[in-house]
Amino acid sequence: MVDLARVVITGVGLAAPNGDNLSQFRESLLAGRSGVEWFETRYMPQVPAGVCHFDQYRYQTKKAARRGTRAGSISIYCANEAIKDAGMDIANARRDRMGVFIGITEHGNVETENEVYNLGKYNNDIRFWTHHHNPRTVANNPAGEVTLNMNITGPHLCLGAACAAGNLGIIYGTQMLRLGEVDVAIAGGVSESIHTFGIFASFKAQGALATHDDPTKASRPFDKDRNGIVVAEGGCLYTLERLDDALRRGAKIYGEIAGYAYNSDATDFVLPNPQRQAECMKLAIERAKMTPDDIDIVSSHGTGTNQGDQYECMAIQEVFGGHKAAGVNNTKSYIGHAMGAAGALELAGNLPSFDDGLIHPTINIDNLDPECQIDNLVIGFPKKVEKVDVILNNSFGMLGVNSALIVKRFVN
Amino acid sequence: MTADGIRQAILEIIQDILPDEDLDSLAPDKTFREQINLDSMDFLDIVMELRKRYSIEVPEKDYPNLATMDSSVGYLLPKMERL
Repeated sequence: MVDLARVVITGVGLAAPNGDNLSQFRESLLAGRSGVEWFETRYMPQVPAGVCHFDQYRYQTKKAARRGTRAGSISIYCANEAIKDAGMDIANARRDRMGVFIGITEHGNVETENEVYNLGKYNNDIRFWTHHHNPRTVANNPAGEVTLNMNITGPHLCLGAACAAGNLGIIYGTQMLRLGEVDVAIAGGVSESIHTFGIFASFKAQGALATHDDPTKASRPFDKDRNGIVVAEGGCLYTLERLDDALRRGAKIYGEIAGYAYNSDATDFVLPNPQRQAECMKLAIERAKMTPDDIDIVSSHGTGTNQGDQYECMAIQEVFGGHKAAGVNNTKSYIGHAMGAAGALELAGNLPSFDDGLIHPTINIDNLDPECQIDNLVIGFPKKVEKVDVILNNSFGMLGVNSALIVKRFVN
Repeated sequence: MTADGIRQAILEIIQDILPDEDLDSLAPDKTFREQINLDSMDFLDIVMELRKRYSIEVPEKDYPNLATMDSSVGYLLPKMERL
């Protein structure tokens, strides 16, 4: 067995629909505050969506924002916040030893759609197609914009992993640290998806777009009356370091990467496979040298679709049924589905539980779906527990990509 | 459009492309690129905006004519005076 370096989280930078940093986000989650609002998109009536309100120009010039993408702007904000939160002096850091690894569900749809729309105004004369199209739509755009903004000269890339991508960014960052490829990984996930009408229209065509008279109640995973997904934008990037480095510089440590797994359903384009999800969680737990009894919180993926939520509950029940019953919660009920950012944001929302011993609840469950009846689902109000030592964060995506990431309280 | 009008139109385009720049003290006889943070992609934005806003086509061989404010106005005047 390879002796892998221990990797810890030393900084968090996030943009959520209900918070511009971790403390605001946590406060909203404990207060049951939604970040979902009505949102204008093309060709459709208003849709409920998770919309971020962070200060885009805190770390970016207006010129750079105009030239780049929304995903780039979110990434730049989150990356700068994550490095600042880690107490690093970026100006004097070894930026050739830093890497930027960002999970994305998709990239380029927003920019392509905008250009096609604009071109229509000019009779589809391609002389009016922008020269910015290619640099905006290359798949590494969000991570690349971070390196340009922060003058980071180590590796960067984006990981396409549908809605499992947020976890995958963190996992890849961990692997790069363990390989010694970088000393600091800025890793997580981002989403600009609300700016493409196509994602809403496609979920609608699939019968999976949430509707509700009150947008804050539209995202309701596990509720009997759930009717689909609320799409959100957002981002969450972590500063990850090998433990030795973090200790050497006396960094604040949020938690330690204890284990992870990712696998594939090999079943269907959109329908999940609970068996593969359960296998993924079990493998992550095994790699963390734990048992299901060791997990205190399961941060669920549940998006509010009928079948998806049921299947995840089956998977969770298979892994955790008959065990100590970890508290299960769902952060999408507050912010919607932040796509590539979802896994990273949902983990962040739970991290403060190591300190405050509270499990934030799933909101918007008025009538629990009997098919989603799992042990210890935390509903409506935060649950105070004696101690939270271990969080398992689920994140699954289309084409059958599953990920489970386990983060534990840091104990030297 | 008069020479002054063209000058104003160019300033508006550059300000939209470079919202962070203060253009008040732009010297008309010095190149844009030595005075403001205008790179080749920004320059192409100027060409694009002239096309979009005024239906003016600037062929690549004429790009050097857009180096300074004075040269731009001189170059664009025959194309824009009837607008």
